[in-house]
Amino acid sequence: MALPFEKPIEDLESKIREMQAYADEQQVDLVEEISLLEQRLERLKRETFAHLTRWQRVLVARAPGRPTALDHVGAFVDDFVELHGDRALGDDPALVAGLGRVDGAGVVVLAQQKGRDTKENIYRNFGMAHPSGYRKAMRMMEMADKFGLAVVALIDTPGAYPGIAAEEQGQAWVIAESIRRMSRLRVPAVAVVVGEGGSGGALAIGVANRVLILENAVYSVISPESCAAIRWRDAGEAPRAAEALKLTSADLLEQGVVDEVVAEPLGGAHKDPAAAVAATAAAVRAALASLRGLGAHEIVRSRAERFRHMGRVLADSA
Amino acid sequence: MALERWFRRQRPTRGDDDATPAGLWVKCSACHAQLYRKDLVAHLYVCKECGHHERMPVAARVAMLADEGSFESWSGDVRPVDALGFVDVEPYADRLAAVQQKAGRPDAIVTGAALIEGERVALAVMDFQFLGGSMGSVVGEEIARAAERAGEEDRALVMVAASGGARMQEGALSLMQMAKTTVSLECLASRRLPYVCVLTDPTTGGVTASFATLGDVIFAEPDALICFAGPRVIQQTIKQDLPAGFQRAEFLLRKGMIDDVVPRGELKRRLAAVIGLLRAGAAAGPGALPAGG
Repeated sequence: MALPFEKPIEDLESKIREMQAYADEQQVDLVEEISLLEQRLERLKRETFAHLTRWQRVLVARAPGRPTALDHVGAFVDDFVELHGDRALGDDPALVAGLGRVDGAGVVVLAQQKGRDTKENIYRNFGMAHPSGYRKAMRMMEMADKFGLAVVALIDTPGAYPGIAAEEQGQAWVIAESIRRMSRLRVPAVAVVVGEGGSGGALAIGVANRVLILENAVYSVISPESCAAIRWRDAGEAPRAAEALKLTSADLLEQGVVDEVVAEPLGGAHKDPAAAVAATAAAVRAALASLRGLGAHEIVRSRAERFRHMGRVLADSA
Repeated sequence: MALERWFRRQRPTRGDDDATPAGLWVKCSACHAQLYRKDLVAHLYVCKECGHHERMPVAARVAMLADEGSFESWSGDVRPVDALGFVDVEPYADRLAAVQQKAGRPDAIVTGAALIEGERVALAVMDFQFLGGSMGSVVGEEIARAAERAGEEDRALVMVAASGGARMQEGALSLMQMAKTTVSLECLASRRLPYVCVLTDPTTGGVTASFATLGDVIFAEPDALICFAGPRVIQQTIKQDLPAGFQRAEFLLRKGMIDDVVPRGELKRRLAAVIGLLRAGAAAGPGALPAGG
């Protein structure tokens, strides 16, 4: 299942495979020809990925086969123990929580999990959490604070779930409370947008000291489709909406919304999941290390400061 | 944000800002009774026939809550900027300029110092007429400054919310205002100054999911639509009819999400009462218990 702009790349890849097979079968030497094609492939990938439109990045962020939050967790968290339930309403599989170790130090892990296939996607509600998920996250933040464990949050959600029960159970309230709870953490927090950072449902676990984003991940106030439906009255204008929203990793770095962009393997994380999760692991380790040794007061103060200065305004002399 | 257009269709607002005098008679948007305009204004924009609470202009809201002559504006030092160069069918910059001129203010909020039945407060009133009361960097900044100044000046904060949510034309920067406003409210919490929210029709999206529901006390006006995801979005998602009264103030009261539904005529007294009680408690010192308990 190639993304539309990946077609020329896939074509070239299959041509190389065919040539290789032909060479093996016919016992002819095509090493030089194949090597030339491989160089061309490398150039094509580089060219394509250097010039992706914002909408194409959205497609990469959602691509099938892209490492999920738990795939990343598997790469840098040792001894992971999942802890279930919000102790009130239930357990939300869209937001996974647990304990583990990173470089030997204990952490609380929060992970917004999409499915790897249709069945898991249905079980995970496509990564869209209910209030119960955010309540579980807050319970875990409480635990992190009590036991002095850093928090690592992996963000990958189209948004908080818009449904009847979710509204009845106070979706807006739990997001607001989760933002506040996380802003009060006396322990370091690192957040990584690994796929889709969908609005308030993402920010609820994104109030971190260091906010990272994968190269082809996106983080937005609204999905391009919804934005297009409202502003152009046509969800089909999503590509234009994506351009207008400036939601790519480079945009967000420029806006000061994220602190660091984690490079993905050429062709996107879905083409080389192992390399992608290794890069995330290294970046999270470094981010945690950079926060080690800061006192509780400084942790809270600098995090609040980070978010207090978000935004752009024109100030009159005052 | 997402709901701006839907609201406009469902509940046409009249040109009831002071700048745009409308006709002598207006029709109640709920019962369609013909109301003498002056009467409606005198009755705080509540329909005499059916009690429906119409949306209220900012100036009238300030006048109804602040003790006479006590309001002193703090807003206006910051103005919005089109940081993304956002263009849809019309550039955001043009849209902003047009609505600024019409509203006579830089953005969708007014803040200031006031007395409410003698209680010292900072008062923030959002303006739904201004791009659906959407929250961009300026709304976030005004709220943060108001919360900080309230802390410095020993005032409670009263927030009258009315908003379609985060302002999508400012992208992720508007999303970040949810966190910015939240962290700024700590200036009140750390000094044990009350923060009281009044949710009016409509309060939705990222505003509901941040400062608007973090009050020590949350009141709502009758029949106000208060939600995270709007009714249309939910309907599209689940493809089912929504229960009657869904996401309205009375529904949320039953669900335990708000402290009370307060008719507009009682709002000022109720605000003064809770602020007075909370401040008296805070003044009595930590852990103070009533005698004889």
